[in-house]
Amino acid sequence: MTVQTPNGFTLDNSGRRMVVDPVTRIEGHMRCEVNLDSDNVIRNAVSTGTMWRGLEIILKGRDPRDAWAFCERICGVCTGTHALTSVRAVENALGIQIPENANIIRNMMQLTLWAHDHLVHFYHLHALDWVDVISALKADPKATSALAQSISPWGKSSPGYFSDVQARLQRFVDSGQLGPFMNGYWGNPAYVLPPEANLMAVAHYLEALDFQREIVKIHTVFGGKNPHPNWLVGGMACAINMDAPMGAGAPVNVVQLNLVADIIGRTIAFIDQVYIPDLKAIASFYKNWDYGQGLAGQNVLAYGEFPLHANDYTNLMIPRGAIVNGNLNEVMDVDLTDPDQVQEFVDHSWYKYPDESKGLHPWDGITEPNFELGPNTVGTKTNIQQLDEGAKYSYIKAARWRGHAMEVGPLSRFTIGYAKGISEFKDPVDKLLTDLGLPFGALFTTLGRTAARGLEASWAAHKLKDCYNQLIANIAAGDTATANTENWESATWPASVKGVGFTEAPRGALGHWVHIENSKIASYQAVVPTTWNGSPRDPAGNVGAFEAALLGTPLANPNQPLEILRTLHSFDPCLACSTHVMAPDGGELIRVQVR
Amino acid sequence: MADRPQTFYELMRAQGTSRRSFLKFCSLTAAALGLEPVYADKIAHAMETKPRLPVLWLHGLECTCCSESFIRSGNPLSSDVILKMISLDYDDTLMAAAGHDAESILDDIPNKYPGEYVLAVEGNPPLNEDGMYCIIGGKPFVERLQQVAKNARAVIAWGACASWGCVQAAKPNPTQAVPIDKVITDKPIIKVPGCPPIAEVMTGVISYILTFDRLPELDSRGRPAMFYGQRIHDKCYRRPHFDAGEFVQSWDDEGAHQGYCLYKMGCKGPTTYNACSTVRWNGGVSFPIQSGHGCIGCSEENFWDNGPFYSRLANIGAGFGVEATADTVGATAAVAALAGVAAHAGASAIKHFTRKPGDGDKQ
Repeated sequence: MTVQTPNGFTLDNSGRRMVVDPVTRIEGHMRCEVNLDSDNVIRNAVSTGTMWRGLEIILKGRDPRDAWAFCERICGVCTGTHALTSVRAVENALGIQIPENANIIRNMMQLTLWAHDHLVHFYHLHALDWVDVISALKADPKATSALAQSISPWGKSSPGYFSDVQARLQRFVDSGQLGPFMNGYWGNPAYVLPPEANLMAVAHYLEALDFQREIVKIHTVFGGKNPHPNWLVGGMACAINMDAPMGAGAPVNVVQLNLVADIIGRTIAFIDQVYIPDLKAIASFYKNWDYGQGLAGQNVLAYGEFPLHANDYTNLMIPRGAIVNGNLNEVMDVDLTDPDQVQEFVDHSWYKYPDESKGLHPWDGITEPNFELGPNTVGTKTNIQQLDEGAKYSYIKAARWRGHAMEVGPLSRFTIGYAKGISEFKDPVDKLLTDLGLPFGALFTTLGRTAARGLEASWAAHKLKDCYNQLIANIAAGDTATANTENWESATWPASVKGVGFTEAPRGALGHWVHIENSKIASYQAVVPTTWNGSPRDPAGNVGAFEAALLGTPLANPNQPLEILRTLHSFDPCLACSTHVMAPDGGELIRVQVR
Repeated sequence: MADRPQTFYELMRAQGTSRRSFLKFCSLTAAALGLEPVYADKIAHAMETKPRLPVLWLHGLECTCCSESFIRSGNPLSSDVILKMISLDYDDTLMAAAGHDAESILDDIPNKYPGEYVLAVEGNPPLNEDGMYCIIGGKPFVERLQQVAKNARAVIAWGACASWGCVQAAKPNPTQAVPIDKVITDKPIIKVPGCPPIAEVMTGVISYILTFDRLPELDSRGRPAMFYGQRIHDKCYRRPHFDAGEFVQSWDDEGAHQGYCLYKMGCKGPTTYNACSTVRWNGGVSFPIQSGHGCIGCSEENFWDNGPFYSRLANIGAGFGVEATADTVGATAAVAALAGVAAHAGASAIKHFTRKPGDGDKQ
């Protein structure tokens, strides 16, 4: 049957159904089903979040100062990003102002996450969609060296180095134990890199795996550990002591700051000399694979991030805004407190509303889990062969902005920055497109999404340096404050307040909405990046970003989901984040069935 | 492809590692495990004679922080663990394959290596809604977990989720998420709690198993005693301030600048068994207390429900007093441990953990 969606896509579920479950190399659990036509082109796509943890039910009744720690455990990949959003939501509700240093350190925490997360995503979650590991065995190390040296001054690029990497890989393959590379899609015709580019990428896959652990040490300095560093309502707990006795035992001292400075320098070098050149090299071979647009360049959203000054959430390094219907000439204002803007729908989600034709703003949100399968499901409740997308089919809600399905993430952020004419976003995009000989429209593809993430990793690493310099200047000027404890005690809090906190997670716009009653959390709601990108259909029939982006993509081998993974991974899905629930009335929601 | 998998040593030599470097690697591994130099020879011998251990790493309800922590390991490097020490045959976070091509591995490896592979579990199974709050391959995760556990040689419970339940099991535990020892009852389970565990603790546990061909000594609760035998408080560098009665009284106060004890800010170090104050985090850069925030007790059972994080321990009736600390707290923990029937069963099963057939006496 062919259906036209209000947001301009044609769905046809008459062809052969293909199921990919689990979708791997993502955070959390996800399923994807597609229908292929006789030419093996995707004509219908169904994306499903397959896990639910109920964190917001668990938050109810807790001390709002503790909420960041619970929320941080929503995701260990984008670690810290939910904690930051949570402390902001609570501070917003309680009217707490944070010191300038706390704002700078929080910006550094988040920028560190961006640099780290984008790098790990590119090499360890996404690269194998573009790079044929086994093909690297056929590479000529000398030619690989010549290729590497032609695109980057990175030191590890001799023929001997690549020859060693290749020999390691050969012995690994010969061992008969392929480990994480077992059953990969090696040899699929959709892999088009020459062996030398594959070998270079494999070498950098390993280098990046070894290097990424360095980047996060910035989190360890300021937050004590990574993953899951510590945060604080009212600022940061990492006291600064540069001069006084016992500074060496204080959290932030000259030794730790020197470490941070060193890591920032090495992070910039790795991203600019390894990640970006690899990205461009890979893109140059794939530039004719121009699938995966979906909502990109059409309906995109960013909440913005990185306050230039503490407590001013309107003056941001990454701009806030929304673009709809592809009109890049108008960036619309976004208000997270407006009940008509951000809303969530559940008529295709495994939750229950009294009236499922309507969406609810997160402050008014109700959610009640309701796992039920539609009449056209193939299989049983505990052995699903094929989902019925006409009914409920995902633990992800359908988030909409003024009724529009939206895409969020690095490409959306760059699109908004570009549309606003801000040179630090516009220039690198124009340069990349010029270097690759591609038109502007090529940005709005799977490859464009992946490219924007790389450009943003570089942007973040350089901003990290700016923030570091700002922190040093502040300390030099005699400001060492990191926390404001004026409203730390609950006795100072109003009886009933609500707040909203936001950030841009590596994967896109993230918001937390909280009600605090009598010093306790009365309700808590998170609308996360993958709620936007991975959303199921809404009552009007609009498809979300994942589903839209898959449509029209041909599979080179109809039995291998390589191109599906490529496009889904370009969004960097995070499923543990995207499935949540809250109970405003505190009633019993769950049918208990102990096995 | 060769019929017989190569040993670590063969692999390292083949990959260009010299005999000298190999022995140095063994010495460093011994040092990392806190062993005397004499053990370097044993490690070398073990690594020369064994194929890589197949590891199947499953994910239930979780946040992936354990995987992220694992790849932070600096000694040994996670790349060395994955490519040289074990054969990570299934891990949905890192593996190339997806869908059926991934799932078939969970049928193949247990058949190919019955009783030899290790099952590593990150996250836990929810039991409500017939297990369908965590669906993989269209089926409840708990089914998959039990099926893969069946032929495993041993099970590693990574992190607080698999060990104790963690955040999704906090009250009121809407999905009825349970620690894995509630659904795997006939296998030795090594619990490596923490949210997440320290990277080098994770790779240390694996290195130990590979090196000595046995599980590390576990305490009565199923945790490796070498990493979870002491409270963070016992080895905290701020302990002298505790003993001197010097406390941080308020965030960013003079005491905070001086690195005073965080006990009054709610630090759970006195009741938390973990290696944070000794091994520290991310290559020894810091640990929560060093960075100015109290320990939240993330390696302890039910730590989410043990009162607000910023209430000092005395306020929540943990039996902790400023002077009579260790014994009182230790006794409380021991009583809790004895109540853990599953933990006891796990410990008994571990005694029966045997080496693979045909390995002979390599130690």
